[in-house]
Amino acid sequence: MSLKPMSRSLSLPRFGLRMSATGILASLVILFWAGVAIVGPRFAPYAPGDIVDFDFYGPISDQLWLGSDYLGRDIFSRIILGARYTVGISFASVCMACFTGVAAGMSAAAIGGWFDTILSRILDALNSIPSKLFGLVMVAAIGSSIPVLIVLLAVIYTPGSYRFARALAVNCNTMDFVTVARARGEKTPYLILHEILPNIIGPVLADLGMRFVFIVLLLSGLSFLGLGVQPPDADWGSLVKENIGGLSFAAPAVIAPCIAIASLTISVNLLIDNLPIKIRDRAS
Amino acid sequence: MTQPLVDIQNLMVEARTDSGRKVEIIKGVSFTVEKGEIVALIGESGSGKTTIALTMMGYTRPGCRISGGKVTLGGRDLVTMSEKQRQALRGTDVAYVPQSAAAAFNPAQRLIDQVIEVAGIHKLMPKAEARAKAISLFRALALPAPETIGERYPHQVSGGQLQRLAAAMALIGDPQLLIFDEPTTALDVTTQIEVLRAFKDVMRKGGMAGIYVSHDLAVVAQIADRIIVLKGGEIQEEGTTQEILHNARHPYTRELLSAFEPAVFQPHEPKDTKSVVRRPVLEVSNIYAGYGPLGGDGLPAKVVLSDVSCKLYKGQNLGVIGESGSGKSTLARVVAGLLPPARGTVEFNGRELDTEAARRSKEDLRRMQIVFQLADTALNPARSIADILGRPLTFYHGQKGAAREARIKELLDMVHLPSAIRHRMPGELSGGQKQRVNFARALAANPDVILCDEITSALDTVVAAAIIDLLKELQSSLNLSYVFISHDLSTVQSICDQVMVMQNGRTVELLANSQLPEGANHHYSQLLFASVPKLDTGWLDSLPAGFAATGN
Amino acid sequence: MPGKIPLLVLSRLGVTLITLLIVSFVVFAATLLLPGDVVEILLGQAATPEAVAGLREAMHLDSPALVRYGQWLLGLLHGDFGVSYANSMPVADMIGGRLMNTLRLAAVTTLLAVPLALFLGITAAMYRGSIYDRAVTMIIVSVISVPEFLIATLAVLIFAVWLRWLPALSLANEIQSFGQLLKVFAMPVITLTCVIAAQMVRMTRAAVIDALQMPFVEMALLKGASKTRMVLRHALPNAIGPIANAIALSLSYLLGGVIIVETIFNYPGIAKLMVDAVATRDLPLIQSCAMIFCFGFLLLITLADIIAILANPRLRT
Repeated sequence: MSLKPMSRSLSLPRFGLRMSATGILASLVILFWAGVAIVGPRFAPYAPGDIVDFDFYGPISDQLWLGSDYLGRDIFSRIILGARYTVGISFASVCMACFTGVAAGMSAAAIGGWFDTILSRILDALNSIPSKLFGLVMVAAIGSSIPVLIVLLAVIYTPGSYRFARALAVNCNTMDFVTVARARGEKTPYLILHEILPNIIGPVLADLGMRFVFIVLLLSGLSFLGLGVQPPDADWGSLVKENIGGLSFAAPAVIAPCIAIASLTISVNLLIDNLPIKIRDRAS
Repeated sequence: MTQPLVDIQNLMVEARTDSGRKVEIIKGVSFTVEKGEIVALIGESGSGKTTIALTMMGYTRPGCRISGGKVTLGGRDLVTMSEKQRQALRGTDVAYVPQSAAAAFNPAQRLIDQVIEVAGIHKLMPKAEARAKAISLFRALALPAPETIGERYPHQVSGGQLQRLAAAMALIGDPQLLIFDEPTTALDVTTQIEVLRAFKDVMRKGGMAGIYVSHDLAVVAQIADRIIVLKGGEIQEEGTTQEILHNARHPYTRELLSAFEPAVFQPHEPKDTKSVVRRPVLEVSNIYAGYGPLGGDGLPAKVVLSDVSCKLYKGQNLGVIGESGSGKSTLARVVAGLLPPARGTVEFNGRELDTEAARRSKEDLRRMQIVFQLADTALNPARSIADILGRPLTFYHGQKGAAREARIKELLDMVHLPSAIRHRMPGELSGGQKQRVNFARALAANPDVILCDEITSALDTVVAAAIIDLLKELQSSLNLSYVFISHDLSTVQSICDQVMVMQNGRTVELLANSQLPEGANHHYSQLLFASVPKLDTGWLDSLPAGFAATGN
Repeated sequence: MPGKIPLLVLSRLGVTLITLLIVSFVVFAATLLLPGDVVEILLGQAATPEAVAGLREAMHLDSPALVRYGQWLLGLLHGDFGVSYANSMPVADMIGGRLMNTLRLAAVTTLLAVPLALFLGITAAMYRGSIYDRAVTMIIVSVISVPEFLIATLAVLIFAVWLRWLPALSLANEIQSFGQLLKVFAMPVITLTCVIAAQMVRMTRAAVIDALQMPFVEMALLKGASKTRMVLRHALPNAIGPIANAIALSLSYLLGGVIIVETIFNYPGIAKLMVDAVATRDLPLIQSCAMIFCFGFLLLITLADIIAILANPRLRT
């Protein structure tokens, strides 16, 4: 059902990696947020739970670089800690989703037959449940905690990853070099790891990036609805929700986390659109 | 002095590569075409022949642009005029017949609507008149059911018919210049004759000028007045057809011509003359195979092979020849265990092999290797040449480290490639080099038998001839036996002791090399062999009328 | 060949049915995941052993899961959506009017977004690489990269806070005049249109670019056709399938969007009902809403696939 661009040549120039300025800028933003998520909280000026301002929705000042929130806490520090939740949870989920999805997708393509048919039918059905809806139903049933969120987001995005990887692997599987390997007597694990995987790894990584964005969006959406990361912890979506009351006077407390989310997701998408030529040729 | 119809002066075309580099693909080409004259542009892939032909329509493919020179048509420069002016010329003054008519017809529209579209775009005539004209063109091009064929959709007519419909589409605007871009390359030889004959007829009657782009000198010899030989975006030689065929001066032209010299065949004497009874190394008996679910009679829904049997003797070669759809490649897949047959057996050294490769022993698999037509897809683009050649060494012989490295160099040497190439990726190699690596991979197994599936078909003639020489050389030094599958008579003739002719999944007849081509008994074999174009300007006209009618 | 189209359409409908069955099972399975005993949750303080046993009996909780799944599915088919845990009202009654509100919102958005997106997508593809195309693409990438609530927040900031043209909240029950209707709908519709039009433009553009690279489009150019003719006569008819798919898939984003938009603008639709139900863990209500959404989604996708089948010239006779 998704749009598959016409398959292009699998061959690629080994050299001549080129990247546009946009791509470089996008990678810098992504690296920045990754750095913040890993070491940022050590450098946060205030503890995220401390009330440091007697005013709420305070403006930007020398002490409070991004103002204060609805309780008078430092938004700058809270965004730094929020990066850990947003980036960390999303990254863990996307890795789980793509690992499972790609492994299953390549196996389905290489093995074929009933295994492929049944697996594809079930995962396609799961894929046809809108992601937010899936999230709501599951959160209602199991409740919301960080481990649950990670697994839930991974489960929601595994079928899409499976579908993408399977389509690529099926194309690859019909190529003569796989047939030659079969005629040589190679077993399925070798076909998957050595013949198929090296040819789809580029697009799969690009897909991982796309899926990371989807997961950040869904996680933020759930948190915004109050169903994601629960207080006292707060990811960027929760920060927007907490401070939505400040929207009517455009408080930095609500605008800053919005900018944080947008800068991360737009950068990832721009990076995918401006990948170095080596991967781009195949990702298309 | 009258002005030529087309005058190309110092034409240069520039292309931008993926990495943004600019490359000259046409490097200063100049020639003229007189009114009513047919000029052929001959060259191999990458020679720039299609690019030059398209500039005569004021068009370059995306990523290319005319960077210098003049292209005048009837005195007007196509390079400098506006896109609107060019649009007005296309279809009326100059028209185009594409290589693949199957791709050039819009699948969503009826054929007639596409054929008369030119009349609509340029408001040449009322619709009814255009339809009548199209029907008369269909008749002139010897299309079946000229009144109604236009009502069909492109997927409902055959390839040869589509190619003629494309010509009708080009002729509807009464152009002064008609450009044929390899219009018969995608067709089988028996179909090619009908199409060529139809083209030649309408061109002769219409008196218009033509550009005929092709890689095949024999085809061009039938239709062109003058030939221009191109290589690497430059003109190598130019002359009348007779001059080029009989009096070529440029070495490159002579190289092209030499591909048509009769094949020299050295029969392979069986080595095991001591044994009284000669036993075949490979014996295929009564194979039925196809695709789709098995029916009640135990045969698949779409039967591709019916009752095919053949034998290959040690040290000899078996040729399998046939047109597209004859089932020759399917036969190779059955023998290799890639497509289990519904019925029939494959015996190797007198032992019956399992129908599926996955259940054959490693030793059986090692002794019979398969090489595919397209080296582009047969070599994994993500792995280095050393990895590609090294895998069978490790897999079959357990070789590792220095021994493996040494053997890889040895294999590259056998196929006349420099050993430094092992660090490269397939994408960095030329077509001929890739096919050599493809073949070296089969040699890595130390096989007895190699199945060669159209391994020279995708290559330019000169490169293909070199591959055949290599095959012959290795056969004598390594005592190999080949099953050689091809649609091309001359290649098969140059290397095979026995030749099996196939049509529609059945064996037509089995011929010894000495019987080729005149000794064929069956009507179809005779037709197939006689359809191969000869390097003789009178060949097409000498064929009897109605020839090849059964080939359709 | 003539019998081929109905067969393909039928088999496509069959796939939808199987999918719907699997989806319903997954949605039902959520009840099994509910930690603790539903009955104890429901009864709360009043959970005496007798009351628990009685309610278990009444809710058929002692039957095996598969039997309960069957009963639940049969109930859905008869329009019996069960009884809300939270306030013991029949779920069907709670959904009724709210479903209409959501459908109204979706319809208005669709009417606005589809023509807009088709226009932008097709023109961007026609002038690929131009400044116009790059501007459209950049905006599209930005919009699809950010969460829906961010678009909504931005819309409030611009139209309600800075320009003061529109109210920030919607209350569909108080509509008296057309002007009010416009005001109530404006903000949710603007937000939703942005979100789904962006998806649609992106996919339409890709589909048209694909079609424009077909050899028969180049052939049309060589026949002297103008750019408009190449696009309208040759590329578009061959892109109907992919475009229908793009529209259906984008409209499915409407579902995700509507959940956020109804919450943020306090719009009394079914999605708002569902989000509130998640807070009280009212599973029967959530499951019913989820099934309605999934059904709508599958309907759209199936429709698009059937259009693609009908538009495929190779299946024509």
